[in-house]
Amino acid sequence: MTARRPNYLAGVLSAIWLVIVLAPVYVLVKASLQTQPDYDSSGPLSIPHHLTSANFGRVIHSGFLHFFVNTAIITAAVVLIVVVLVPPVAFAIVRNRSRTVTVVFRVFLMGLTVPIQAVIVPLYFLISKAGLYDTLLAVILPTAAFSLPISTIIMTGSMRDITGDLYEAMALDGASAWRTFRYLVMPLARGGLATVIVFSALNAWNGFLLPLILTQSANVRVFTLGLYDFQTVSSIDAPAICAAVVLSIIPILVVYLFARRALIRGLMGVGGK
Amino acid sequence: MAALAATGERGRTKRSGGLKIGRPSFLWSLPAITFFTVCAIAPLCVVVWLSFTNWDALGSPAWVGVGNWRSLIHDPVLIGSFKITAILTGLGIVTQTPVSLLLGVWAAGYQRNRAILSALYFIPLLMSATAISIVWLSLLDPYYGLPHELHWLFGNSFFEHGYLFSYQSTAIGVLTFVGMWQWTPFHTLIYQGGARAIPQVLYQAAAIDGAGRFRQFFYITLPQLRNTIITSVVLMLVGSLTSFDTILILTSGRPGTSTTSTSYYMYVKGFQDFQFGDASVIGVLLVIVSTIISLIIVRASGWDKMRSTQEGV
Repeated sequence: MTARRPNYLAGVLSAIWLVIVLAPVYVLVKASLQTQPDYDSSGPLSIPHHLTSANFGRVIHSGFLHFFVNTAIITAAVVLIVVVLVPPVAFAIVRNRSRTVTVVFRVFLMGLTVPIQAVIVPLYFLISKAGLYDTLLAVILPTAAFSLPISTIIMTGSMRDITGDLYEAMALDGASAWRTFRYLVMPLARGGLATVIVFSALNAWNGFLLPLILTQSANVRVFTLGLYDFQTVSSIDAPAICAAVVLSIIPILVVYLFARRALIRGLMGVGGK
Repeated sequence: MAALAATGERGRTKRSGGLKIGRPSFLWSLPAITFFTVCAIAPLCVVVWLSFTNWDALGSPAWVGVGNWRSLIHDPVLIGSFKITAILTGLGIVTQTPVSLLLGVWAAGYQRNRAILSALYFIPLLMSATAISIVWLSLLDPYYGLPHELHWLFGNSFFEHGYLFSYQSTAIGVLTFVGMWQWTPFHTLIYQGGARAIPQVLYQAAAIDGAGRFRQFFYITLPQLRNTIITSVVLMLVGSLTSFDTILILTSGRPGTSTTSTSYYMYVKGFQDFQFGDASVIGVLLVIVSTIISLIIVRASGWDKMRSTQEGV
């Protein structure tokens, strides 16, 4: 491409949006490092005079570490379920041409946009009847189930990119379905698997509605609920709230720094077909 | 691009030759299907049944026939919630689409400064809806937040307690703005992908014909992004139909019920008033509407024709 003259209008507009995006982020980080009297007397946008890490200590003492552990357990379990269930079903959808499997794929497509919000009442009913109310498992099962459709679609997408020649070479060597899956499909579909892991992990990590309706005691509380409770109880203490929010972002930020491409693709789950 | 197309073609012809060895049987899909049926399809059926019962979380649901449906049809709050959902959806689409389209097209350029700025734009994506709502709630606090610090901009009436949250118009404004802050990066990503897929040849041809930047935007970029716009708008539709956390944390449906969206009303009916029958009726309505939208998605994006789109490239 030839060099183009700079687009000043776009530059100005993008700078305005940058301010809108970054101003709250600045306040968030700054307030988390300020004492409450400082924050209250100087206003959110002001430049801080001295910083403290006391807020983080206070947040951790109010039980957040435990909430993080709960969220981490849920996230790990959801990812495990998805990773075990999705690649085989995607393999079947891509390589088994029977009518049944086409129907399966359509069921997943329909499940794709049934919003989990619409079924919170029956979920609550079923989970209560199953005796799982107020356990981590109550959150894990539906979260994983509702991650399946998009994960399957991402996974089939990346398995379809494997060319027929390779399958044929495996078949000529007499490889079974399992060998084909283990030594051809999985190694080549790693990118799709990474996307699926990131997508389902983010979903579980940020989940709020299911823990809200399916748990109540502090020992199974997840951090999003912890944030919400913290906000209701001490809405006056903005610095502590900001510190809690900052803590909740750090793990995702780490993933963002080290696996940006997989994260973006995971985030795009729905949009990036 | 050409190489990809070639392999795709070859893949199809060879594959349809149909060697049977190494193909997975139906059993491979069974675990996922069983799990999905129990945890996702079963609730869908149960919600229909529950909508014909009364249940208060204690004891067993009692069959009441169409009683819940009949009373809810005349419920002014439910009817109002449809309007509010429609208003929030409409405002969301109108505010987010232009901004994310322009930003996406801009971020699609491969200049280095654009790459760095894009990385910053995507920060809101790293935050959960809960975190975003809580941060904005603190920021908009009438005494210690932005309205106080920037009163030259907001006007003195913002000193009055909770001004932003005490009128329907301003509360809806807040929800729209926070929704925009939260969702614009996601849609920017979609548009960035869409804009990068536009063949450069079109722009080169237009440049040779002497078309300026604006003409190129309106005559090439916009028409080429048609499908991307549809996808993005449909996702906004589904998203706002079910947006819940933001309303719960920012306004709790107040003032009165003037920011109570349909999905939030369902939550209130069920988990605050313990009228799970009524909540199920609203749940069924949400399923119906979202299924209609999902059919549109499948049609518009060609997901149901995955095979042909993949091979046709």
